[in-house]
Amino acid sequence: MSNPGKSIDWSDKLRRFLQTEAFCLVIAALHWTLVPDRPSEISLVYSMSIGFFSWAIIDFGRHLFPSSRQTGWPTGVAWWLLVGSGIVGGYLLGTATGDAVFGWSSWRQGHPSMRVGTSILITVLAGAGAAYYFFSQSRGHYLERKMAEERGLATEARLRLLEAQLEPHMLFNTLANLRALIGTDPPRAQQMLDHMIAYLRATLDASRAGTHTLAVEFARLRDYLELMAVRMGPRLAYTLDLPDTLAQQAIPALLLQPLVENAIKHGLEPKVEGGSIVVCARREGERLVLEVRDTGVGCDAAEANGGFGLVQVRERLHALFGDAAGVDFTASRGQGAQVRLVVPT
Amino acid sequence: MPDTSPLALIAEDEPLLARALAVELNRAWPQLRVAPPVGDGDSAVAQALKLQPDVLFLDIRMPGKSGLEAAAELADAWDLQAKPFPALVFVTAYDQYAVQAFEAQAVDYVLKPVEPSRLDKTVARLRALLAARTQGDASLQHALAQLRGLLGVTAAASRTPLTVIQASVGNSIRMVSVEEVLCFDADDKYVRVLTADSEYLIRTPLKELLPQLDAQVFWQVHRGTVVRAAAIERVLRDDAGKLSLVLRGRGEKLAVSRLHAHLFKAM
Repeated sequence: MSNPGKSIDWSDKLRRFLQTEAFCLVIAALHWTLVPDRPSEISLVYSMSIGFFSWAIIDFGRHLFPSSRQTGWPTGVAWWLLVGSGIVGGYLLGTATGDAVFGWSSWRQGHPSMRVGTSILITVLAGAGAAYYFFSQSRGHYLERKMAEERGLATEARLRLLEAQLEPHMLFNTLANLRALIGTDPPRAQQMLDHMIAYLRATLDASRAGTHTLAVEFARLRDYLELMAVRMGPRLAYTLDLPDTLAQQAIPALLLQPLVENAIKHGLEPKVEGGSIVVCARREGERLVLEVRDTGVGCDAAEANGGFGLVQVRERLHALFGDAAGVDFTASRGQGAQVRLVVPT
Repeated sequence: MPDTSPLALIAEDEPLLARALAVELNRAWPQLRVAPPVGDGDSAVAQALKLQPDVLFLDIRMPGKSGLEAAAELADAWDLQAKPFPALVFVTAYDQYAVQAFEAQAVDYVLKPVEPSRLDKTVARLRALLAARTQGDASLQHALAQLRGLLGVTAAASRTPLTVIQASVGNSIRMVSVEEVLCFDADDKYVRVLTADSEYLIRTPLKELLPQLDAQVFWQVHRGTVVRAAAIERVLRDDAGKLSLVLRGRGEKLAVSRLHAHLFKAM
């Protein structure tokens, strides 16, 4: 497929030339069957000459238009201009060539090869038809190429999202800890591996459209917190507080995960002595209150509220519950942070 | 009889990994003594100055100060008369940019989890380094050159340059033209802005100010100090080889860290 607007693909041009001439042959044959009194070679010569010049003007002329850069064909008015001048120019030059070959002039009235009207009509119809055929072919190729490009971009974007979700730093640090445990405390290593497998499944699944029970949600949080507890050692203490009465309560899947990750990443990990994180659920009347509290380094509430994790949670809740749900974030430097979610039941 | 076998200090915030590295080192280099590990950048600097190890393993990501920052601070505070600067080995789980930088600066590093064969190579390199090492500041200069490269001591591309500093004085805001500023000196919570005859306090951290200042006009001479080059009257060297500078018109002496000492060379 020629690289439009950049350099000329001669094999492509040749193909189109041959197709055009073949088409002209067909036209000449049709003309001869319809008007058998005229010798076939006359129709043939005129048809192929007109065809040749029309093709040449259009197929080479299209490169001159700046709007051809994308598809190889000019757009809008320029397209009509090109095809129009191709047909007109082709007709004039082709007829002149035919005249030169046979040694007469078609313009003289009454000449047996005259049928200017028919000639012009055939030229216009055939010319426009062929031009449109080649044009839609080009367009087809162009669209195919574009689709492949888009697919490639989409795959790349998905891969990058996956990489971000997997968080290589977390992955390799966790594996390193696991490796250390295998030698020193095999049963604990197995437990850690189980948590890691569950965590990875949840991460890769990443279908946050579903809902699950609070019991399952807290189990996923435990997976993550257990891994972090092994890594951080005495620097992390955690509490998951879920009353039995709420265990079967449905909530959007992995709603709390980003909040817990933030609490650790921004609150506890940077703190030299570490601290603790508490996740609890309770019912307040018709509403469910979920809290994530940490004793980390804290931050200015303003900067955290614009953070990606909180924004995502807010948007999710808003999409599901509108104004009936709310997210409240409070923090102060050196004092830790607290996120409070209120969800209708 | 003093113990002359080499000493290593490990700075790693994840306790299992610190222990695992110590165990692997013991296997790869039995003569090496491994001090109890530290878990953050500040402790790393403090312990390194106290114990004077021959080898220092620094985790890149630690709470408080990063491994790189700790190394830079140590380079500044090291007493060369007592002992050569320790050989540095950086440790990271996954950090493509850090690894690229390490390769570019020929700095030794290991990836977590530590692969025994890879550690053997590092140990061989360290042993050769220690055997060839002489007294003096060659070890330090080498480390400083590497650290400069790693920390990218050349200023990052600047956005719109700062023209005015807004400092609150009582109930008002004093507008100080950057043209008048001789020096920025970072304190614990504030940055002191020094002009010829006054001093102001602003809260914007030095890290944020630096990209907005013209690097040709303002030179960073210390982690917490940025000075207008034209306002420096003279640079002094003390017996330990540490540099300090005196500002024109103001009496105070400002310390120049070893990392930035390369800026001042007689023409």
